[in-house]
Amino acid sequence: MMNETGAGDNVVIRIRGLVNAFGDEVIHDHIDLDVVRGEVMGVVGGSGSGKSVLLRSIVGLNHPVSGSIKVFGRETADTESENLKGLQLRWGVLFQEGALFSSQTVAQNIQVPMRRWTHMSQQLMDELTAMKLSLVGLPADAALKFPSELSGGMKKRAGLARALALDPELLFLDEPTSGLDPISGSQFDELLRELQQSLGLTVFMVTHDLDTLRATCDRIAVLVNRKITVGTLKTLAANSDPWIHEYFSGVRGRAALNA
Amino acid sequence: MRNLTPTIVVASPATLRVQDQGRVVRVTAGGDWIVAEAPRLEGMLRGLRFGEARDAEIDASAIELLDSAGAWLLVRTKRELEHGGRKVAKFTVPERYTNLVETIDRDDISPCEGMHHPRPTIQQFLERIGRATFSALRQAYAMTGFLGRVTVETSEALVAPRRELPFAALVHQIEETGLTALPIVGMLAFLLGIVLAYQGADQLKRFDAQIYTIDFLGVGFLRELGGLVTAIIVAGRSGSAFTAQIGTMRVNEETDAMQTIGLNITEILVVPRVLGLMIALPILTFFADVVGIIGGMVMTYFHLGITIPAFMRELEGAITLKTLLVGLVKAPVFAFVIALVGCFEGMRVEKNAASVGLLTTRSVVESIFLIIALDAGFSILFSVLGI
Repeated sequence: MMNETGAGDNVVIRIRGLVNAFGDEVIHDHIDLDVVRGEVMGVVGGSGSGKSVLLRSIVGLNHPVSGSIKVFGRETADTESENLKGLQLRWGVLFQEGALFSSQTVAQNIQVPMRRWTHMSQQLMDELTAMKLSLVGLPADAALKFPSELSGGMKKRAGLARALALDPELLFLDEPTSGLDPISGSQFDELLRELQQSLGLTVFMVTHDLDTLRATCDRIAVLVNRKITVGTLKTLAANSDPWIHEYFSGVRGRAALNA
Repeated sequence: MRNLTPTIVVASPATLRVQDQGRVVRVTAGGDWIVAEAPRLEGMLRGLRFGEARDAEIDASAIELLDSAGAWLLVRTKRELEHGGRKVAKFTVPERYTNLVETIDRDDISPCEGMHHPRPTIQQFLERIGRATFSALRQAYAMTGFLGRVTVETSEALVAPRRELPFAALVHQIEETGLTALPIVGMLAFLLGIVLAYQGADQLKRFDAQIYTIDFLGVGFLRELGGLVTAIIVAGRSGSAFTAQIGTMRVNEETDAMQTIGLNITEILVVPRVLGLMIALPILTFFADVVGIIGGMVMTYFHLGITIPAFMRELEGAITLKTLLVGLVKAPVFAFVIALVGCFEGMRVEKNAASVGLLTTRSVVESIFLIIALDAGFSILFSVLGI
């Protein structure tokens, strides 16, 4: 859909010269990346290549060594957390295991962002909670369950409902389909695509799932050797880098591409 | 909760108008119908009266921004109109939002009871008491089962070891629970000896019988306090460690892995801990007895001016070997209880991190409670037996 970096103010996330390192080990070496409004950007890479670190840097949970990350034009790479204020209601984050607050029910979890940022009546919050649950495909009675009573797939859906609580423009997903069976995984892909289109979301997704990449992503960023390469499935399959080539043209990659 | 207005900028505030034209009621919506406007919109919608009209029209084509919260409010309004027996003939939204509105309108959405803090009733209060009682009884039942199992496995390991006794694990446990506890146990026993001697000396001064401080100290420390304090420290130190160690292994599914390989969890995890602590705690108790009496001796030397040989003579007259043994014989029992409770609660950990912390706390509280209760039992028993 979009092959080149988008123009001007349509860029939701703009990363320039990002360097992340833990001790002597450099994870990201001067990375540049633009995520354009309304696109689904998939991020792949080997284990330990810094996919999750990249996501955490963007949302301000990890402070990079140097470089600039702008989300909606606001710097998040700064250690100054004041900068993040107000951004939190424009983005939603789904963590790998859902990261639901274990002492609260699913409904209370979904209402946490609503209470923090709006002054809605309890009645309206309950209605919106029921609506979000139906959006992510959870039964209404899941609202009263505690996270420990949910299966892995349901936790992810509940986490997504919480991430969507305030109708954010930007959605971060950390391995949304990992640990799901293929059927639940493809249901999640469909759900994501449908939500993305009807709500007009911009999605930044870390994933390993080639089927998810094919089904949902407009562009894909590959983290290899501390650098980033951006393209579509087709252009990346033709890439000369051995890792990228293997990833997208290996047996599993081909099967997913031809599906 | 802090009262922060959302920093989202509402470009054009949401508008809502109702025109009652006799046969048709027309609802017109415009502006930004987004979550930031939802509280205001809700207030406006609540105040609406749709009149007697049989037909209704919703014209939302002037809406500039719509998100799922706004879409829900539109859909809800439509449903309310229909619920009142009206026919919604027209429902127009901007082209780009038809998808969203259809998605929201697809399901029958109704919030279920108790979605927010359910108000506790007297019934629920009674229910909680009942549940707590049953869970306590069930726990006692399960603990008894575990007690039997550990007793059998431990005796088997001692009497007829299927393989060699896990000697390395046993020594490791003795080091972990015994050797490394020496500084803290010694420190506290020493201080307690001083405290006890001070209290005794102050009371006995009234009868001019300060020399009996030594009898009081010797008998009190050897029979009761040394063992009790050591057991309580070890319960806090090692009992909690047992629960946390075994609990973490359960969270990581390590215990499940052991089972599938065909290893006996009780034999590998519980037996070395039980035996190790049963060996370590009597030694620790003896150590605490000695250090506690030294603490008292230091105090009587400086405060009462009793020389060390005089102290020794008096002590010899006050205590016998039996006094020491009465205190020491309780230590293996305390050790067994601490290890049993620690391992039992560790085995009950569920596959979430919060469960480890919860059960670790519970393990310490339970074992300290049981130690003191058992100590009281011992006192009664010894008094009946005339020991």
